Amino acid sequence: MRKPRAQSFKFRLYVADRTPNSALAMANLTALCRTHLPGRHEIEIVDVLRKPERAIADGVFMTPALVKITPSPIIRLTGTLTRTQATLQALGLETPSA
Amino acid sequence: MANENGVPRSASKLRPKAPTGIVGFDQLCGGGLPRGRTTLLLGGPGSGKTVLAMQFLVHGARACKEPGIFVAFEETSKRISANAAEFGWNLAKLQPNKLFIMDAQPTPDSIQSGDFDLVGLLAALGNRTKALGAKRIVLDALDVVLALLPDTAAKRREIYRIHEWLLKSGLTAIITSKDNSDDYDAMGHQSFGFMQFMVDCAVILNHHVVHGVSQRSLRVLKYRGSSFQENESPFVISRLGLEVAAARPLSVVDVKVSNERVSSGIERLDIMLGGGYYRAANVLITGFSGTAKTTLGGAFAEAACRRGERTLFISFGSDGTEVIRNLGSVGIRLHHHVKSGRLRMVSARTISGSAEHFLAELKTLATEHKARCLVIDPISSLIKYGNELTANQVVERLLDWSKAEGTTLVCTSLIEEVPTESASQLEISKNADTWIHLNYLVQAGERNRSLSIIKSRGMAHSNQVRELILSDAGVTLTDAYAAGGEVLMGTLRWEKERADGVDYEVSEVAGRLKGVRLDAEAAELEVRAKSLQVELEAKKVEKALLARTTESRRGELSRGRTRLRELRGG
Repeated sequence: MRKPRAQSFKFRLYVADRTPNSALAMANLTALCRTHLPGRHEIEIVDVLRKPERAIADGVFMTPALVKITPSPIIRLTGTLTRTQATLQALGLETPSA
Repeated sequence: MANENGVPRSASKLRPKAPTGIVGFDQLCGGGLPRGRTTLLLGGPGSGKTVLAMQFLVHGARACKEPGIFVAFEETSKRISANAAEFGWNLAKLQPNKLFIMDAQPTPDSIQSGDFDLVGLLAALGNRTKALGAKRIVLDALDVVLALLPDTAAKRREIYRIHEWLLKSGLTAIITSKDNSDDYDAMGHQSFGFMQFMVDCAVILNHHVVHGVSQRSLRVLKYRGSSFQENESPFVISRLGLEVAAARPLSVVDVKVSNERVSSGIERLDIMLGGGYYRAANVLITGFSGTAKTTLGGAFAEAACRRGERTLFISFGSDGTEVIRNLGSVGIRLHHHVKSGRLRMVSARTISGSAEHFLAELKTLATEHKARCLVIDPISSLIKYGNELTANQVVERLLDWSKAEGTTLVCTSLIEEVPTESASQLEISKNADTWIHLNYLVQAGERNRSLSIIKSRGMAHSNQVRELILSDAGVTLTDAYAAGGEVLMGTLRWEKERADGVDYEVSEVAGRLKGVRLDAEAAELEVRAKSLQVELEAKKVEKALLARTTESRRGELSRGRTRLRELRGG
């Protein structure tokens, strides 16, 4: 993996260990990044079961949850990220016409 | 239904209850919420769910050494703290050691993509529970989060997840949720319906506005393993939080029944009642407008004050001073009793709000004044403060309360002269111990007041209708004049009494006259009988004389004939 450039995406994914929803979200995010952001993404995984303090501090109660930290604006997504089209739109990776 | 055996001691050890500290609420569910179990609190917007839940936490933190967690799904912790301050709960003071408020409102700009769960929330709560040593938890407006879940299956799954977690954690929990199908999609409603089956206790809060008056009530829908009051109980949200009107506490049954009599303030009425009202009785005086209901109430109050008993007079109709002036005109003097502080006059017009609020206020006033006797004039005015149903319930509880307190209660009740179909009449009469009815009798251009005792429990009482006479010398009763199946009052009574008096005199004289005449006739007959007797004697003598004369003449004749023969020489 190359060093992320200016256009690189930084994500934080809150999961609850390997519960089905969390596992699915992780798989979906990985697939999405591989397709649309090859080599220009960074994913931080926060397991709320191990770091509940982090969940409280960040106000994340619904898992899985994804936060796109860069590029701005910060976008929050809740869920397994299965609705790919909607997810891509929300992340600004694909225009409706495309 | 009431607790059949009170609170069974063995059961309370098996499943202790977590008191909410809410007046009346703990009473109606046998001591509090099920400890270590979950209670579902359902209600529409503004029905008091959050207040009840917060009161439960505050009570736990303050009085039970049970720290609590408040999970706010809808309102921010800031707003919740501000609202709580209205009830005198200083949440800042309880934080961070006894209370933790978790802001868990869904982020408004959060985009939803696919299924999610609440594992993160539970992880955070587990962490906090441990840190705080929490024993109580409130999940406020859980519906807000559940509404975001994509389908019913997911909702059910999360409800299960939360419930399982709560049971495992051993926390005494309240989950609040809206119970308004309008705000809800059918699926959401369904999942909460299912939640009602899952939890150990469910309570529904209602809030209605009836004729512009706010009426609140709650009902315990279920309570596993415990008996509870099944009926709807009205409640008010006062300065101190919730106050639930628990209907008929068990203790009422054990109230000491008094045989002591207290004067009604009217001597003849006391006689009719066989000695007066019973102490702690509920007395109802009904009548149309102007039938002297207030006067009877005033007479009772005066008599009570004379005995030295502290008395509270609540007047709906007129101001306290007006009542005193008006009663003064019929010889009932209350002024100096007010001055001495024995009597307190309160104009009920100063008490605003629902009938429930009135009752709460009345209790406070009576307790403050240490009243032994209470007059409410007229209690029928309560109906205008809300619908008929609540007013009746309030009156019922007022009667129970006054009886439990040993307060002798005299209520007047106005009856509309033209009965309306809306039937806005109080059903107090069936609960009253003594029911006195005042009426008018319109006759010969006069309206006269009458009084009758319709019922008086546990005492022999007169069945007579009496005329009630008000004069500046006081209040008295007099026998109504009954003649030929007609009751006469006022001038007619007086006239009839006089007319009858004259008639009586005439007939008496006539009788005497006749007696004399008969005596005379008898005497005459006697005289005649005597004279006839005498005549008879005379006749008898005459006859005897006649017989003798005839005999002698016959003898003389024969002697004469013998002599003749002798003379003729035979």
